[in-house]
Amino acid sequence: MADILGAEVDEEGFLVNLSDWTKEIAESMAKDDDIELSEEHWDVINFLRNYFEEYQIAPAVRVLTKAIGKQFGKEKGNSKYLYSLFPYGPGKQGCRFAGLPKPTGCI
Amino acid sequence: MATKKFMYLNRKASYGTVYAIESLEVVLIAAAFEQDVSLAFIDDGVYQIIEGQNTDSIGMKNFSKTYHALGDYDINKLYVSAESLEERGLTEDDLMPLVYEDEDDDWAEKPSVKVVSNAELSKIMSDQDVCLSF
Repeated sequence: MADILGAEVDEEGFLVNLSDWTKEIAESMAKDDDIELSEEHWDVINFLRNYFEEYQIAPAVRVLTKAIGKQFGKEKGNSKYLYSLFPYGPGKQGCRFAGLPKPTGCI
Repeated sequence: MATKKFMYLNRKASYGTVYAIESLEVVLIAAAFEQDVSLAFIDDGVYQIIEGQNTDSIGMKNFSKTYHALGDYDINKLYVSAESLEERGLTEDDLMPLVYEDEDDDWAEKPSVKVVSNAELSKIMSDQDVCLSF
């Protein structure tokens, strides 16, 4: 089984145990995808983690987009902005960095 | 894609069987297809949205928090059978205060849960294109 900094991940690179997550793991996953995490990335990652904590699910992209726009300003509430941060998809890649399972309904 | 009216009937309690969590997962997936979705809670299904659930002693994930996310997914028609509540000694006050934000009314928070009689519920059901029972 593969691991990142000693934390077990599944075949798609998602953490197996959510409690293993650390900021360093997120940074290491990002580096493997050639991304350096900026403050804007962390805004989304922290949002995803808080959402999961509150609702026990990762939000669908449509829900994420709407909520980011509401919290961080309209210019950020669109998929173009979110995809510029997470080119492999804000749901799939963002949730992976945030240590969450793949969003429900995400293929 | 034409919009169809989907109703998900929930008849079993949250834990002990997989029906409740499976229904919730299907509802959330279906929501991505922007259909007209409503939920009904009948028989022991009313226990799914009861306030103050605690799963510590059964070692299962407490997914009751997820019902609070339904509003974000534009699912805001949750019908609860009045008879089923009464048979179990419950009232509307025992249920989670689930709400949604009405986009057309300056994002005002409005209740999603509506307690209806079985007669009303059957009328609502006959108005659906698809009913899925869990």
